[in-house]
Formats: sequence, C-alpha cells, structure tokens
Amino acid sequence: MNINLPTNPNKTDLKVDAPTVIEIQDFDFAYGDAQALFNINMNIHEKEVTAFIGPSGCGKSTFLRCFNRMNDLIDIAKIKGGSIKISDIDIYGRDVDVIELRKHVGMVFQKSNPFPKSIYDNIAYGVRIQGIKKKSTLDDIVEECLRGAALWDEVKDRLSESALGMSGGQQQRLCIARALAVKPKILLMDEPCSALDPIATAKVEELIHNLKKDYTIVIVTHNMQQAARLSDRTAFFYLGRLVEYGPTEQIFMHPENSKTEAYVSGRFG
Amino acid sequence: MKRYFHEELYDLRSKLILLGERSNEIARLAMDGLLENDFEKINAAYGMDDYLDNLEQEIAHACIRYITLRSPVSTDLRLLVVALKASHDFERIGDEAHSIAKKAKLVLNRDGKLMQPLRLQEMSNLTCQLVQDSITCFVEEDLEKANALLEKDREIDALNQLHFDTFSSEDMQRELSDATRFDCVLISKSIERMGDHAKNIAREVIFLLNGDQ
Repeated sequence: MNINLPTNPNKTDLKVDAPTVIEIQDFDFAYGDAQALFNINMNIHEKEVTAFIGPSGCGKSTFLRCFNRMNDLIDIAKIKGGSIKISDIDIYGRDVDVIELRKHVGMVFQKSNPFPKSIYDNIAYGVRIQGIKKKSTLDDIVEECLRGAALWDEVKDRLSESALGMSGGQQQRLCIARALAVKPKILLMDEPCSALDPIATAKVEELIHNLKKDYTIVIVTHNMQQAARLSDRTAFFYLGRLVEYGPTEQIFMHPENSKTEAYVSGRFG
Repeated sequence: MKRYFHEELYDLRSKLILLGERSNEIARLAMDGLLENDFEKINAAYGMDDYLDNLEQEIAHACIRYITLRSPVSTDLRLLVVALKASHDFERIGDEAHSIAKKAKLVLNRDGKLMQPLRLQEMSNLTCQLVQDSITCFVEEDLEKANALLEKDREIDALNQLHFDTFSSEDMQRELSDATRFDCVLISKSIERMGDHAKNIAREVIFLLNGDQ
C-alpha cells in the first residue's frame, strides 16, 4: 500500500544567505564626552527588513542615523572607532560624497515632513535637483513612486493640491514615495508609524512589506508587535550596546539573552 | 483589510484539515485491516503514526509563532486556539488507530481472521463517519452540523458497552481465546475514544464559530 505523505515545508522563510549590504565593525560613537554606542558589530542583509528595538535612549536612532551620516549635522557627534561599510565602501572614508551617500540611503522620519508644495512637486523635487527636467519623464517617475508607495489611486486626481492637505498616513506614505524617487538602495525608517492610527499603520506596514522586494529596509520602532510582524531580523539595543541580534522569530520566541527576553515580554524598558 | 501574514492562517487551516484526513485514514486502515485480515492495511496504518506526530508539532509551532509574531485577536486567535486543541485530538485519534493496528497484528497472528467480530465493523463505520463529519463542519464552518455531532457518539458508546459485556462473557470463550477477547475489548475502547475526540473537535468548531466555550 502506497500512501503519499507530503514533505514538511520550511518552518521559516528567512533567506539565511542573503548578501550583506551594511557591514558594521567595532563601531563606537559619542556625543562629546558621552559615549552613545559601544563596539557595535553586525551585518544588515539585502532586501530584508531589519528592526532596531530597545528602550528610549539606548542608541538605536543614533545608530540608524549613522548609516547616512545624518549625525554629521550635530557638532559634538563623533565616531570614536570602527567602521560602517555599505556595499564594501567605508561611508566615513575621506573621499565619500555625503550627498551621493544620501541618494543611496533614503530616510523617513517619525513625523511626516512633506514639503509645503504640491503632491507632484514633493516627488519631483529631488529628481529635478538631479537634473531631470523633462515633463514626461518626471510624470513617469511621480506615478511610479506613488504607485510604489500604494498612494497613486488615492491621489492621482489631485496631484497639484498641497501635500499638507493629506491625512497623516497619506503624508507618511508620500514621504516614503519621495524617498523612493531618487532610487535608493537602502531605506532607513525612524519610528515611521508612531504618529499614525491603526489603519494608517497597517497600510504603511503593508507598504514596507512590499518594498522589501526591491529595497533593504532598516526600521527603528518602539512597537514590539510591529517589529515582530514586519521584520526578518531584529536587533535589541540597551545602554548603547547591541545585546542580541538574530532572526526575528528567534528574538521573539527563543531569545538567548535574559535582557532581551525581559524586554520583549514587557518586563523592563 | 487583508494583511500579508493572513496567508499563514490559510496554510495552518490546510495543515489541520490534512491532519484530520490522515488520522481518519489511519483509523479506517487499522479497522479494515483487522476485519479483513489484511496485513498490508495494518502495516500502512502502523507506519503513519510518526507522520501525524510531526504534523501536529508543525501545527503547534506555527500557532505559537503566529501568536508571538502577529498579535492575533478575535476569530484569528480562536482559530489558533482551536488548531492547537483539534490537532491534539486528531493526533490522539491517530494514536488510538496505531494501538488498534498493534493489537490487530497480535489477534490475527494468534487466531487468524476474527471469526466473531460482533458489531466492530458497524462501530468502526460510525466512528470514521463521525471523525469525517468533524472535519467537514470545520471546513464548511457549519455550526448546525457541529451541534448535531455532539449527540451522535451515544450510539458508539452503546456499542462499546455491548462489546465489553459480550467479549467478557463466558459464552464467548468457545469462539475466541481469552487473549483475543481481551484485545477486542481494548480495540472497542479505542474506537470509542476516537468518537470522543471527534466530539471534542465539534465542540472546538462551535467555539471557533461563535466563541461559546
């Protein structure tokens, strides 16, 4: 008697061998005399969502802002040691053009910050700076980015209206669309849903899930469920140190470190 | 609004249905093997137990993973609770069938074809139909069928009592050896337990559909 038994499917869909895009080695960072990050070592993988979690002040946003050198704008900020390489290039090297770096590493902030311009111009702004002026090309890019941000159907009939008239969730997705316009490889998101209602949050989460087919995404979030739902890998930070980093399933189901266990189960932080 | 992770619930549901179908298949094989003196069927039933155990573990892992990572509420959460409980019931049906297959081998090797099976065939048919109905009411989300199923195992209980009384009576000593009569009582008890598990599954479906515990 021959009974066909199906084979066991994989229990996780994580691409364990996804190539490294951001490589951080022995990274130390300080604001003046106060060291904010201590000896961080980690690899961030291509076309995955990586979540940074940890209590307020643990250094996760500071660390995120190091990936596109946003901390350069703060006078007292300084790298005390180590390196961050993106696609094997040390982004703190002398010959790195910071403007060029930020084209490749886009950023979306906690509070949506559309320009006080039309919806169309918000997307076209960065592209025009790059020298693209032809109307038909700009039209195509605007449509592509708004579609990419799942916003096209909602705004296609009012592209000339002010972006400031959009809802909070739409403004945040517009900021994501704007970041996509300059074709970055990496998207950094610093608590992108913290000011949104549950439906707008769900839409942004769906968008992030779809974007990871084409982009590497690093997200800082205080919402543990969001990190669990969205990310492929999670890094837990505490007092400026990387406590544990691994597949999200492991961090939330079987963390190796007792501090991680206590934090994800809401016992401290 | 459909979320990207809702597909995982469909997979889980499919796995639970598969587990149910397989456990019922083992039960049929074990009983048919015994009553038809068919070792091929008995061996097939005997060899499927590990598969059911693994599938139950897979379902448990998927449920715990979903609860941990997706923060389910309402119907989604009830489905996960039901999947955890019903998968255990299905796995236990498989265990009972495995136990029947084991005893069937002993009985057939000892005495050959069971010459006086009483109403084991009828009891087996009723129970397999009950298990099948429990799967159907889950698949079709049929509350009426689930409620009706709760009453149906009384006939099975009555047949089990009949088997216990008859196989243990002295009259049967001429027909079957003592060891075989004892095994038949245990086989009848296993079938009756399968019916209980099917009833549990019906209760779980009722909880899934209307939240009543």
